[in-house]
Amino acid sequence: MSLLAITSPHMNKSNARGVGFIMTQVVLATVPGILAMTWFFGWGTIINICFALLVALACEALVLKLRKRPIGFYLKDGSAIVTALLLALAIPPLAPWWLTLVGVAFAIIVAKHMYGGMGYNPFNPAMVAYALLLVSFPVDMTQWVLPDTAPSFSGTFQHIFGLAPAFDGMTSATPLDAFKHSANQTLNELFQSTPALKSETLHAWQFVSMAYLLGGIYLLTRRIYTWHAPVGMLGSLSVMALIFSLYDADVYASVSFHLLTGATMLGAFFIVTDPVTTATSTKGRLIFGIGVGVLIYIIRAFGNYPDAVAFAVLLMNFAAPFIDQYSQPRTYGHKQARKGLPKKKD
Amino acid sequence: MSDLKQIIVDGLWKKNPATVQLLGLCPLLAVTGSVVNALGLGFATILVLVGSNLSVSLIRNYVSEAVRLPAFVMIIASFTTCVELLMQAFTYELYQILGIFIPLIVTNCAILGRADAFASKNPLMPSLIDGVMMGLGFTAILVLLGGMREVIGLGTLFSNMHLLFGSMAENWTVIVFDDYKGMLFAILPPGAFIGLGLIIALKNIIDTKIKEREDALKTEVVTGSKRARVTGTVS
Repeated sequence: MSLLAITSPHMNKSNARGVGFIMTQVVLATVPGILAMTWFFGWGTIINICFALLVALACEALVLKLRKRPIGFYLKDGSAIVTALLLALAIPPLAPWWLTLVGVAFAIIVAKHMYGGMGYNPFNPAMVAYALLLVSFPVDMTQWVLPDTAPSFSGTFQHIFGLAPAFDGMTSATPLDAFKHSANQTLNELFQSTPALKSETLHAWQFVSMAYLLGGIYLLTRRIYTWHAPVGMLGSLSVMALIFSLYDADVYASVSFHLLTGATMLGAFFIVTDPVTTATSTKGRLIFGIGVGVLIYIIRAFGNYPDAVAFAVLLMNFAAPFIDQYSQPRTYGHKQARKGLPKKKD
Repeated sequence: MSDLKQIIVDGLWKKNPATVQLLGLCPLLAVTGSVVNALGLGFATILVLVGSNLSVSLIRNYVSEAVRLPAFVMIIASFTTCVELLMQAFTYELYQILGIFIPLIVTNCAILGRADAFASKNPLMPSLIDGVMMGLGFTAILVLLGGMREVIGLGTLFSNMHLLFGSMAENWTVIVFDDYKGMLFAILPPGAFIGLGLIIALKNIIDTKIKEREDALKTEVVTGSKRARVTGTVS
């Protein structure tokens, strides 16, 4: 009997999971979300995604050429595709084409490559672009089509690319937006009177959120990322929502409303899990997720913007290096973990 | 290069307050939402800068080292007050738009920096030229940034120029994009940061290209240099 002697490195081409593999898995995991979005909000999502992918690949190739980097190598790793995909899922399905164009170009050129490209960007490119679009074009960014009233494929196509005059009366605010601008009503009145808060609309949003959750669980089982960041984010958001809704249920929305509308699930499983822009250690990622959840609640409940995932993630991106300093794991052989910057030797 | 030429090149390009020294960023980033704002603040800064450089240069041999900074600040504050009163008198609307940033010219580091680093060590004429050129360099970047942000943010160029130039400028507005919805981001502070970053990057690219060209010229063979040659010598 002879034992097979294997020497290091134990990672090799046949079992190493490169960037390309991980990005493919992430794209696969968004499929349920894309299907749910298309089912409820029409063909706009698919058209937006296709257009965003084209723009992203073109921008990526252009910048890589300017930076004199290997174009094929970086295009194949799929990071630009994931950025474009996440942005296209975050913006409204009937968003005009230039919105996607500006957002994707900004994400790839400014947020990603100006900071050094793949792996060097301190901020999540898709969220930078989303924040840019939300700040610049608040009207276009908050008009969502009501579920089951979306136009046909050709109608949607013409609407997005401005070939036909805009439809009237089909778009409305998102549930979070409607909730935000409802100062004088109690929750019960509000949920009955506003079209964006009718049960069919809410069901659509809940279904889409569940689809993202499904994709997230798939990524967790494939061990693309650990549970820490998503659980931290959803947990702290739930706790915040629970505390405030127990305090005054007439003013503050319930836990399920916060978890299942808006971009909560998309953010929890596809945004805060980004390996580049978040904290490094598992403990750090838990802290990162908790911070995002708390900030989302604070901005949603007390801020000016209806949804807050992008801003919360960007704010925590700032804090990620700081979190890293204080969440380093104990090194094997040392009694205590190092905290903060190494001490200066005299 | 003669001294004066050196001062001109320094002010406009090599030591430009906005793109190289990065001084006076507060007004630079805050008021460049449109060309007219940028130009208004630029003119005000030039006036203060020239005035302070002149005065500081005149008193440079009479003010002791220990009290020079308070003296410079007093001079700058006096000129700023003059400019403020002038703007109130002649361009009142623009004065209201620029608001706090006119009095804040006092704290513009570019002006105190020139007073201390240049005017307090040089005679009248070079100080005057330095003030004009530094001011022009600063204003040029202000106007460039203002133009960029106005085109991207509002889709127009030179709008409201009558606030500065009176009724003859009523129809100077150029509409760059018809039916443009406007991009609020460019008007807001982040747009200013990104715009200034792009301008600095552009300047660095130009500098690199110039340096490359100079280096290419330098490597040409000079007579008398050593060559791999076995017979004779190079004359």
